[in-house]
Amino acid sequence: MRFLFKTGYAQDLRLFKHGGQVFWYGLLMVLLLAAPYAIGEYLTSQLQFICIYSIVGLGLMLLVGFTGQISLGHAAFLAIGAYTEALMQARGVPFFVSLPCAALLSAAMGWVLGLPALRLKGIYLAIATLAFNVIVEEILARWESLTNGNSGLNLKPIELFGMKLDGDAGFYYLCLGLAMLSILAVLNLLRSPTGRAFVAIRDSEISASCMGVNLANYKTMSFALSAALAGIAGALYAHKVTFISPEQFTLLQSIELVTIVILGGVGFVHGAVLGAAFLIVLPQLISLAKDYLPADVAGTGLQSVVFGLVLIVIIIFEPLGLYGRWLKLRTWFELFPFYRRGMFRRQKSYMKSERLR
Amino acid sequence: MSFFQVKDLGIRFGGVVAVDRVSFEVKRGECYTIIGPNGAGKTTIFNLIGLLYPATSGKIFFQDKELTGLSPHQVADLGIARTFQNIELFEHATVLQNLLIGRHRHRRTALWQELLFTPAVRRAELAQREAVEKVIDFLDLAKYRDSLVAGLPYGVRKVVELGRALATEPRLLLLDEPSSGLNPEETDDMAFWIEDIKRQLGVTVLMVEHDMNLVSRVSDRVLALNMGTVIAEGTPAEVQANPAVIEAYLGKAA
Repeated sequence: MRFLFKTGYAQDLRLFKHGGQVFWYGLLMVLLLAAPYAIGEYLTSQLQFICIYSIVGLGLMLLVGFTGQISLGHAAFLAIGAYTEALMQARGVPFFVSLPCAALLSAAMGWVLGLPALRLKGIYLAIATLAFNVIVEEILARWESLTNGNSGLNLKPIELFGMKLDGDAGFYYLCLGLAMLSILAVLNLLRSPTGRAFVAIRDSEISASCMGVNLANYKTMSFALSAALAGIAGALYAHKVTFISPEQFTLLQSIELVTIVILGGVGFVHGAVLGAAFLIVLPQLISLAKDYLPADVAGTGLQSVVFGLVLIVIIIFEPLGLYGRWLKLRTWFELFPFYRRGMFRRQKSYMKSERLR
Repeated sequence: MSFFQVKDLGIRFGGVVAVDRVSFEVKRGECYTIIGPNGAGKTTIFNLIGLLYPATSGKIFFQDKELTGLSPHQVADLGIARTFQNIELFEHATVLQNLLIGRHRHRRTALWQELLFTPAVRRAELAQREAVEKVIDFLDLAKYRDSLVAGLPYGVRKVVELGRALATEPRLLLLDEPSSGLNPEETDDMAFWIEDIKRQLGVTVLMVEHDMNLVSRVSDRVLALNMGTVIAEGTPAEVQANPAVIEAYLGKAA
């Protein structure tokens, strides 16, 4: 077990709390940097997907896990990012301009979606965001002069400062770099006043507002930031799959994105990455398993069934998600043999004061 | 110029008149207490001051600025902090994080700086931390600094909530039943702290309280309410001796 001796306030602001973390995250970074040369094209491509989904997962985590709002419409932001990128690239706009544009446009739409969040809570907000998803999807399908409707749009490989990123490694490093930057930005935000205001809104809106947190501003800001990250991920996604059409950004996609957050662990930055990795790895495992299963079990519906089952099992048995499971495991080893079952159980809170609705 | 003034404040919920034309004035640096039997409208007055409810009638002035029409966070920005009767802390955060949220109105950094965590943000964060540590020292919370609020006993939470309100560096502190749910020793500590807040920090305190022992120890003036109307005002001893107050608490002599 490690004891941290604190000798200064600056110590609490560090991203890495001790040398062990520097070592392990450093090692992970080295492995990730070396990956495209070690694991082959196919796995690198899967890593690209993990990076992309981590970015959108991170955005959703900021909104769901840290601000306590719900969104069942994040596929729409992914779509806005993807279409912005596709359309701007077709008009010859360079990537380092079009990517921020995708993020900004998404953020603007996120801000708009944040407005109903000022009045709606819980399931009602979920329905409003769900409607937003359907509207965006419908617009993309109908606005044929711009989006080419259901026939979709094709993308060329990214050209960045004269370099063509058509190889796997180049695009992989781009995705990895952006994922790292997003993680860093979110971590920075969480150790600053804005991040604390988000968490305050999640835990008690009424007392947040009595501490001077402007609920309207911070909720819309959270939606906007979350959407911006989804927009960046959308732009990368568009390049990854090279062809986009409205049916890639349906409600099901939105639910998959929420699954990332819940599987990974609501309220943990690690959770977004773990959830994204799980979401990408599971279908691979399923298709591997299909070879050993009887033919009538290994049908097309198997993946949905397994996904649904995993989600249900996680919600019932591990509400803290994969990252929570890891924390428990680690604590078990650290405290061996003194781990107790209830250590992570959240206590029943005392009676809340009169809620104002 | 009055420090804090409430004029003809009233609110009705449907047919129920919860607070009926209540007026009072709090002087700078004093401890002013509102007492009254259950349902007298004490907490409702607090919620009206914090603008959590829209008042049906009347006006509230803080340092000659009218509060009516502002939103709750603007009231906090003016330097009015409050605690809640049943504790509204951020449960899944540590004591330190809770107190840091109290510093929210003193933040000076922009979003882009925070996303990059520029040196300016780092300096600001260290300054906030120092301000919070002063409150931790003041309330003797050092040993709970890194504990999650969800795991703390009720009495400590009450103090943490007081600390969070103090971390905002308020000019007016609203305490909603600071001693409810506390044992006699904790109530004693609370009385000391309220006196210190008044004397050392120079913060004006407006509180709602039931425990008459605490009230007479710390209050300079007391306002007694019943059924939403003022029945007496004066020093603690005067109010306690007032026949209308005794009647409100104990009923009429047969």
